[in-house]
Amino acid sequence: MSVFFAKRFLTLLATLVGASVVIFTVMEILPGDPALVILGVDASEDAIQALTKELGLDKSAVERYFGWIFGLLQGELGNSYAYKVPVWELVEGALKITVPLAIMSMILSVTLALVIGLYAAANHNKTSDITLMGFSQLGISVPNFWLAVLLIIFFAVNLRWLPPGGFPGWEAGFWACFKALLLPAIALATVQGAILARITRSSVLEVYREDYVRTARAKGLSRRATLWLHVLRNAMIPVLTVMGLQFANLLAGTVVIENVFHLPGLGSTVLKAINNRDTIVVENVVLMLAGMVVVTNFVVDLLYAVIDPRLKAHDL
Amino acid sequence: MTLLTVNNLNVNLQTASGPARAVRDLNLTLEKGQTLGIVGESGCGKSMTALALMGLLPENATTEGSILLNGENLLEKSERELCTIRGNRMAMIFQEPMTSLNPVHTVGRQVMEPLRLHKRLSKAEAFEQAIRLLDRVGIPNPEERIYNYPHQLSGGQRQRVMIALALSCSPDILIADEPTTALDVTIQDQILELIQTLVAEEGMSLVLISHDLGVIAENTEKVVVMYGGTVVESGSTEQIFSQLTHPYTQGLFAAMPKLGLGRKGRLTTIPGTVPDLVNLPKGCTFTDRCPLATDICRNTPPPRSELGPHHQVLCHHLEQAIEARSRELYT
Amino acid sequence: MSNTASNSFISRCAKSRSFVIGGTITGFLLVCAIVSLFWTPGTVYDIVIKDRFLTPSADHLLGTDQFGRDVLSMLMTGTQNSITVGIVAVSIGLFAGVGLGLLAAARKGWTEELIMRLSDFSFAFPAILSAIMITAILGPGGVNSIIAIGIYNIPVFARLTRGSANAIWAREYVMAARASGKNKLSITLEHVLPNILSIIIVQATIQFALAILAEAALSYLGLGTQPPHPSWGRMLNEAQTLMFLHPMQAVYPGAAIALAVFGLNLLGDGLRDILDPRLSRKR
Ligand SMILES: Nc1ncnc2c1ncn2[C@@H]1O[C@H](COP(=O)(O)OP(=O)(O)O)[C@@H](O)[C@H]1O
Ligand SMILES: [Mg+2]
Repeated sequence: MSVFFAKRFLTLLATLVGASVVIFTVMEILPGDPALVILGVDASEDAIQALTKELGLDKSAVERYFGWIFGLLQGELGNSYAYKVPVWELVEGALKITVPLAIMSMILSVTLALVIGLYAAANHNKTSDITLMGFSQLGISVPNFWLAVLLIIFFAVNLRWLPPGGFPGWEAGFWACFKALLLPAIALATVQGAILARITRSSVLEVYREDYVRTARAKGLSRRATLWLHVLRNAMIPVLTVMGLQFANLLAGTVVIENVFHLPGLGSTVLKAINNRDTIVVENVVLMLAGMVVVTNFVVDLLYAVIDPRLKAHDL
Repeated sequence: MTLLTVNNLNVNLQTASGPARAVRDLNLTLEKGQTLGIVGESGCGKSMTALALMGLLPENATTEGSILLNGENLLEKSERELCTIRGNRMAMIFQEPMTSLNPVHTVGRQVMEPLRLHKRLSKAEAFEQAIRLLDRVGIPNPEERIYNYPHQLSGGQRQRVMIALALSCSPDILIADEPTTALDVTIQDQILELIQTLVAEEGMSLVLISHDLGVIAENTEKVVVMYGGTVVESGSTEQIFSQLTHPYTQGLFAAMPKLGLGRKGRLTTIPGTVPDLVNLPKGCTFTDRCPLATDICRNTPPPRSELGPHHQVLCHHLEQAIEARSRELYT
Repeated sequence: MSNTASNSFISRCAKSRSFVIGGTITGFLLVCAIVSLFWTPGTVYDIVIKDRFLTPSADHLLGTDQFGRDVLSMLMTGTQNSITVGIVAVSIGLFAGVGLGLLAAARKGWTEELIMRLSDFSFAFPAILSAIMITAILGPGGVNSIIAIGIYNIPVFARLTRGSANAIWAREYVMAARASGKNKLSITLEHVLPNILSIIIVQATIQFALAILAEAALSYLGLGTQPPHPSWGRMLNEAQTLMFLHPMQAVYPGAAIALAVFGLNLLGDGLRDILDPRLSRKR
């Protein structure tokens, strides 16, 4: 177990280091001089030179990369070029929106997927199964930002149940924030949930054909008991894989969805920072997003080992 | 009363090309403590018969006839009632020990499950009982092995665990569907012997299924020979082997590897392939492969003849078949 | 002989409901794109202020937008854009990805390891985010967004190809070919590629749908197709500010995207049933 754990942890670190290099390189290639963007096109040559020096952009790329990484190791994200405030200040508020949003939509989509997927599998080839799978096929096809717009039109504009966008801030209380995040979370969760529901269904059906399921039935377990005691855990293995992969899509989806709902989350922060050539903010935010994906997949790997005893033996 | 009586059992499987008649007009009886062998080439409906007895046929299957366990028709019972019978009064061992155990549960948990379910034992009682069972089926160190996962056991050991699991509630009938086909030859004999011993000790009835006439000859008192979904010959093991009658039975015997002949003794096979179960011929299903076949075989279902007490054969050309025993029907 | 084989192929196509529905939708969109090259019911590029926000009528079946452009014509012309994006982005991914996947399976060793680690690694970056970064480097625009999406497709095809190719390399007839001294390139072209083609075709339809979705998202964010070229994502972006007054403006382009993606996904499902019955049974 510990070897398995250590191996995965090393992979995690290596991926993060690789990600930081790629992000940094991309931002180096990115055309547009931050100093020029901040000061505007008619700024004097001297002013630009001065600002470049002040921002530390005259140092070599290698120096700046290691400066960034060592800062990170000490918990320092550096200062925003555009706003002259610590990056953490810009990012902190955004994290408090994006992370709850991602978690909320993940919970929603997994719940939706398990309920629909299990129900459809249990009613294999019956009308309810075919109907549900038809709907899930539709759900997969709908662009999440369009679904978001439809949700706003219906629930915010017509019914006035929920706000059409914006974020009141956590000072406004949990309930207000929950309401502000609910529509975005639904928009994000529907598509992911539809994909996951199909995976769940086919995975359950596949496990149903396994010999050990027949053994369980031959013991005298009912269909339902067999599903819960023998099928579910085995069926969760591929579902878990897809869940891990989907988390990346979910985070990416927040970038677009935050735009629809005017939520000042990480997505909006990174888009704005790209436009401002606020390189250091972009680097930190993208690394954070990649970090979340990598850590989620690390957790998924550990869950694998919990579910499937064969894994430990293979990796030891 | 007879423990198990199967009358005119038919199993039809819905397939893309139409209904396949996997089992046709099958009749069986099994007394308490008796051992019965079902033998036939693969695809002749042995597993379908076993699954029909257990009420575990695939979803596309429909059944006709009756299966009487102590006089109660299992085919008329509800799923809930069947659940109290499976694993409790009737248990089954499968062909594939490698995949028949759940890979994510310990073997202990899997052996304990029927005890908890049918005997309502507490966890501690079931645990004790499971250790005793594992010990009885010859798993060394059962106190440790009980915590093992299936992948940590060899094929033979897994089949032993399957046997422990099937015996856990002391069923009246044990159905073993090719229990040794997937195992090494040396392990095969051990497993068959284990089944023999345990069945005798418990006074259980056994239905042993195999494609290997040798296995059946050594382990059962009664035999039914199946071809194309139906019984073509049945009788005591003694009768069948001393008076091989049906041309198909003779063929199976000829195809058996014989001791002592070494490499020179050529293995004969029955030419041709098993019939298409969707479009069965009108008459005898063995016609196309039978060396004795004539026109009547093709068009008329064969009659049932009694050769001796309980020794029945379905063949149009009984005399020729009996006469053919002395020479070789297949070369 | 070949006649009966092709007959059974056609009858299998006709039997697959997914294939028929998906194929019909895809064909319909293709026709829309081609027709719109020569003719559209109304104006797409001319701004006619007096005709703003007309409700649906015989002249404008779906009404007009805030610039007085005919919505139906915009939708039809937008089809061209989505199809182009799909074709180009999938081709980039297909050529590079399949090539790398075949190489990995044929060469094994460090080549395979390197290619697989790189593709593993690229999955840590969310798709849209990578596309946003790439368009940030190259600058917003239709072509750049297509390249961004295409690059993201490369590892998808590389993984799939390598996985399926490895399975073929393990087959007896390939071993026999190797034993008879054939070189790896000719084995790859003669045995491996033809055998994995159906899986790749199925994946290509799915990636086609995803490319349309991704381009719509980028255009919606203002990073993709630039005005005045009609694009469904762009239309949605323009409609969003008018959501409260003219909600239907936002409904049409999204419905078009959903229809296209729905059709392609069904087509992919249907193709999988037809080309690889073994796969479809497993689903
Ligand atoms: N799920 C199924 N659907 C349709 N046909 C099946 C199914 N399972 C088995 N069969 C067919 O039923 C026949 C009997 O199978 P089976 O009882 O497993 O044979 P045996 O155990 O004697 O080898 C075979 O011809 C087999 O192809
Ligand atoms: Mg069988």
